[in-house]
Amino acid sequence: MASPTPRERPLSPHLQIYRPQMTSISSILIRITGNALIVGAFLLVWWLLAAATSEEYFNFVDGVITSWFGDIVMTLSLLGIWYHYLGGLRHLIFDAGRALEVETAEKLGWACIIGSVVLTVLTLLVI
Amino acid sequence: MRYLTDRKRAEGHGAAHSGTGHHWYMQVSAFGLALIVPTFIVIFGRALGSGYENVIETFSHPIPAIVTGLVLLVGMQHFRRGAQVMIEDYTRKSTRKVLIMCVIVLSYGLTATGLYALGKIALGH
Repeated sequence: MASPTPRERPLSPHLQIYRPQMTSISSILIRITGNALIVGAFLLVWWLLAAATSEEYFNFVDGVITSWFGDIVMTLSLLGIWYHYLGGLRHLIFDAGRALEVETAEKLGWACIIGSVVLTVLTLLVI
Repeated sequence: MRYLTDRKRAEGHGAAHSGTGHHWYMQVSAFGLALIVPTFIVIFGRALGSGYENVIETFSHPIPAIVTGLVLLVGMQHFRRGAQVMIEDYTRKSTRKVLIMCVIVLSYGLTATGLYALGKIALGH
């Protein structure tokens, strides 16, 4: 019978006792990119609100986002969104019970990393 | 002594306390976002830095306005649940609850602000 007073359960991360592997790194990267994209989302909303407010305000915000620092943030966001995109597709494949063999999962991890870089470069060429 | 069977006590109280609803939402929103995010990236990437007139012109059209609104709405709900899982992994008790509340409030705040701005642009000033 389950104890009525639950004990404190251990928290992540267990990084000290866990050797980095392709499978764990590719999973951690999904979390990092997904949560970091809040910065890009915040800038997008600020930019839209500025466009809806006035031309002067828009020019200011647009200038911030297209400055050298803004360019770095936006390019990293682009890389992040593409990695998260490919990683998410990989999770949908995993959820369907496929590609779960370690070797296949590791290959897909590399595909996510290389694919996100390729897609980022392609996007920068297109836009 | 409580007159409840183990089965009755366990029912509806999986590790998530809400069954598989959370996971199912992440799968559905991931699929939906996968359909529209590439289009959004091109729309936004081309509009960014293209000047005020052009940006207003772009988001006055239905497809750019609808796609951007959907990415923002679904994206923020996807983010809210993803961030919640991260918070649940690394914190506990009150800290956990306060942080999850903050993430939910932030998600709705950004969504409402973005949709307001899009609406104002798309439907004319």
